Amino acid sequence: MTELLAITNAQVLGGGTSILIEGDQIKGVDLPCPPDARIFDAKGATVAPGIVDLGVFSVDKRACIAGGITRVALMPDQNPVLDEPGIVQRAALAAKPDLWVHPLAAATKGLEGRELGEVAMMRNTGARAIATGRHWIADSGVMMKVMAYAASLNMTLISHAEDGGLTGNAVATSGEIASRLGLASAPAEAEAMAIARDVMLAELTGVRVHFRKVTTARGLDLVRAAKAKGLPVTCGISPTHLFLSEVAIHDFRTFARLSPPLRSEADRQACLAAIADGTIDVLCSAHDPRGPEAKRLPFADADPGAAGAETLLALALGLVRDGLIDEVRLFDVLAAAPARLLGLQCGQIAPGAPADLVVYDAGTPWQIDAAKFVGQAGNTPFDKLPVQGRVHATIKGGRVLG
Amino acid sequence: MTSPLFPHRHLLGIAGLQPHEILFLLDEAEQWVTLNRSLTKHDDRLAGLTQINAFFENSTRTLLSFEIAGKRLGADVVNMHAATSSVKKGETLIDTAITLNAMRADVIVIRHASSGAVALIADKVDCPVLNAGDGRHEHPTQALLDALTIRRRKGQFQGLKIAICGDVLHSRVARSNILALTSLAAEVRLIAPATLMPPGIEQMGVTPFTDMDAGLDGVDVVMMLRLQTERMEGGFIPSLREYHALYGLTYERLKRAKPDALVMHPGPMNRGVEIASDVADDVNRSVIAEQVEMGVAVRMACLDVLTRNRRSAT
Repeated sequence: MTELLAITNAQVLGGGTSILIEGDQIKGVDLPCPPDARIFDAKGATVAPGIVDLGVFSVDKRACIAGGITRVALMPDQNPVLDEPGIVQRAALAAKPDLWVHPLAAATKGLEGRELGEVAMMRNTGARAIATGRHWIADSGVMMKVMAYAASLNMTLISHAEDGGLTGNAVATSGEIASRLGLASAPAEAEAMAIARDVMLAELTGVRVHFRKVTTARGLDLVRAAKAKGLPVTCGISPTHLFLSEVAIHDFRTFARLSPPLRSEADRQACLAAIADGTIDVLCSAHDPRGPEAKRLPFADADPGAAGAETLLALALGLVRDGLIDEVRLFDVLAAAPARLLGLQCGQIAPGAPADLVVYDAGTPWQIDAAKFVGQAGNTPFDKLPVQGRVHATIKGGRVLG
Repeated sequence: MTSPLFPHRHLLGIAGLQPHEILFLLDEAEQWVTLNRSLTKHDDRLAGLTQINAFFENSTRTLLSFEIAGKRLGADVVNMHAATSSVKKGETLIDTAITLNAMRADVIVIRHASSGAVALIADKVDCPVLNAGDGRHEHPTQALLDALTIRRRKGQFQGLKIAICGDVLHSRVARSNILALTSLAAEVRLIAPATLMPPGIEQMGVTPFTDMDAGLDGVDVVMMLRLQTERMEGGFIPSLREYHALYGLTYERLKRAKPDALVMHPGPMNRGVEIASDVADDVNRSVIAEQVEMGVAVRMACLDVLTRNRRSAT
């Protein structure tokens, strides 16, 4: 007999006060509680779909559980690169059962942008989508083939939107701050140029393309225009680019060294507007834990990336408090939209859906403290920031975790 | 506690210095110009202190200048060259900083190829740190010695028209000079090919020119920059001869400037590239040798001022 779990005394996102779980599936909301069900008293907290984090760089189980993340899409930029079916299979099993990893197949062998990856075979071993990684495929001919092939397999292509010729060895966005600091920089337009090409190729090939991070006004305008045209184009962003501008790098803080780099305040405002108007579909942590050996270096020598899994929900709830989006839409960008992109049934509270849930209190104030992170590293540019919204429990497949 | 006249623990850049603090360092340097011109060029105020010159990037002139400055003040000066250090063996910058600190240096002079690297080290050590050039970011003692040279020739800075010409993009000398000279109320122009002009630089209060003749019109000082030929593989300019044709300082071009305009260069020069030899060697116009002389005096002043606090504590 399958085990029953009843989450009671809850504020269920979308309405209701209890959820009944049977095994690893949701049975329904506000159903009568059977006498043999185990009870999880949510004590008035909110219960929402577990976060599906689209595009993390490391499988960091503890950080994800602490952050209410129940599934991650793992970027192919691993060592070794996720460009071979066996490697993909191993990655897919890396953190089960507490965290499900959906590997993203490398679009090209070694992410080198030349030869097509064995994406169909990788799909058979667990890859849910194809990604170019943290790289731009410079050769438009290769990119067109990647897209056409992905379209024929009905897989989403996740693209990195930065024109590599313009970015070169840049570590910052061109402008006064980069010039004052003497950092190699690239114009913000590098992003829009990459998107312009990829949208055009997507139109040619019919592929579903998702730009993992779009961070500039001009890039977002292109995505908006593509959507208006009815093209299957989506995009994402992470809290770093919504809440920080290039000002954060002013004292060479390597925790603010990101890929793409932080942008101008005007671009940041455009990102906030785009999350409010629905242009941005996905909010992801871009979780990239890096220890001191990669970050306690001069700015340009440090690796890019920030640890984001443990702070994603609290920072995202700021968007709700600021009135940009409501809580239902928040979980669309955190869970439902990424699940749809990956072809997963989760990301929603519905009968038959996987019992992947997060229990949190949106009002609890706390202070982000990198030293208290439970994940692999504390490289957050938000250290010491006061936030609101704390994860009480993460439920994965009907099992209550941390 | 630091001196009220110079309330900074380190000298990491011109950014963050008030105009009166820059002038204070120039005033302090004057006594060392006098001393250095005398026969017994020695003062013992840094006696017993250890000065480490940690150069992670090759340098001959700046290293020598700091070494002479320290020795003339009586410090025990030790040079650490990256080429012969454990840096090559993969030791991190922070570990190197901790090592230098553990050797109980009293002042550390650092040059590094990465912008921001010197500030990173300064954070980890207990003694004053002097930035001798970090990447493309800052080279504060160069800006101070340039300012001292200009002040001694022109009397003051207010309203002086100063053109900084050449590879501004890769130049820490240009950045520190922009900060110092605009802070001292001079009018700063930048002259560079469009490919070597930093984006958004006009927001530092300077006027950019890509036409050298227009930029030199009526200036009091022409400050040439070294073309970083080793950085040219990126294709910033078509060729050295085309660069010389458009941006080389020749007598013909110099006619655009005021008749008594000074010609400056931080060295080492690429003769026949950014500057014609006859201009560089013209003792009536070129103050390039004087810049080198002022460099020692300015560095003595910085070493003295930054270590005052330590010396008074003992």
